[in-house]
Amino acid sequence: MKKKLIAITTLCSHYEIEISFIDALYKTGLIQIVIIEEDQFIDQDQISDLEKMIRLHHELNVNIEGIDVVFNLLEKEKELREELKALKNKLRVYEND
Amino acid sequence: MAFIDYYKILGVSKTATEKEIKAAYRKLARKYHPDLNPDNKEAERKFREINEANEVISDAENRKKYDKFGKDWKHGKEYEKAQYQGQQQSQYQSGQHDFSEHEYSDFFESIFGGRGTSSKQGHYPKFKGQDYHAELHLDLKDIYTTHKQILTVNNTKIRLTIPAGVENGQVIRVKGKGGQGLNGGPNGDLYIKFIVNNRTQFKRDGNNLYANVSLDLYTSLLGGEIIVDTFTGKVKLKIAPETQNKTKVKLTGKGFPVYKNEGKFGDLIITYHIKTPTNLSEKEKELFKELQKAR
Repeated sequence: MKKKLIAITTLCSHYEIEISFIDALYKTGLIQIVIIEEDQFIDQDQISDLEKMIRLHHELNVNIEGIDVVFNLLEKEKELREELKALKNKLRVYEND
Repeated sequence: MAFIDYYKILGVSKTATEKEIKAAYRKLARKYHPDLNPDNKEAERKFREINEANEVISDAENRKKYDKFGKDWKHGKEYEKAQYQGQQQSQYQSGQHDFSEHEYSDFFESIFGGRGTSSKQGHYPKFKGQDYHAELHLDLKDIYTTHKQILTVNNTKIRLTIPAGVENGQVIRVKGKGGQGLNGGPNGDLYIKFIVNNRTQFKRDGNNLYANVSLDLYTSLLGGEIIVDTFTGKVKLKIAPETQNKTKVKLTGKGFPVYKNEGKFGDLIITYHIKTPTNLSEKEKELFKELQKAR
């Protein structure tokens, strides 16, 4: 399935953010930017994460480095929750055995 | 309806300055923000509380009103007056976060008319609406086959196809069925977590099913045939002579359907539990003694 790309200029005006913010996120490796004929785009799959980054920055005053740390920790937490879920399901097999 | 101490919620004194209130709010928001506490209903509730508190006491006008009504909260007449005045307020618009009206406490609504304060309106860009999280309880038998179910979420009917083989704790996303977007942003998504209750004799681990089957002593020693239950019916099994206790046999393809892989199934693993006879008659005892001597 072809992925939908959204122009960065559109995102900046929609979310009322500076292009420098997107650029800083890109430089930190938090988002990927696709360049087509000199225009910059973001894959729509990244929008949910981008919104989260904007909220962390605007609502909680978290800087770019802080966002990076938060995302790394959230990723680890997600992995642990998945592992816990799998282990809980496995444990159910042996319960009341 | 109970009085809510917004100062206590933010952990500030009644004489706190605007700067102190802001700092306290930021500190708590960093702790309970939903983006930092995914799937944590308690944090979500706390975050709503601190936002409500912040909306009231970070705004000079609201704070004055709250201080006045809050002080006389337990005096009936004053309370009624406060309620009446609260209802006279014009419709407030949503503030910093995309909370719908019902997410404010009754206490807040009685004073401020039920919506966020207007002072911060227009300062925030378009945001996707709040994601909703719901749990759907299903029986293991329900998810053996793919089926459709109609759910009612916030008065909206959602037709959901539940594929066979979903896992306990698995979450699926229904796009656009969450809260309304803020300032014209897209709607949030609805996340449904499946809670699978197992009332069957089978245990499930992924696609495999496990069951214990009792075997009488004679069949385990001499071999024979038994009928066992599988998830979809009964099957006849041959028992090899001299079968040991806790021997496992695998019935290939008699397990659970593989998620989103139609026609594929896991295995059913049966563990034999040999039951030794009890209440032996004198004759049986004698015969067992003879057998013992023969060994």
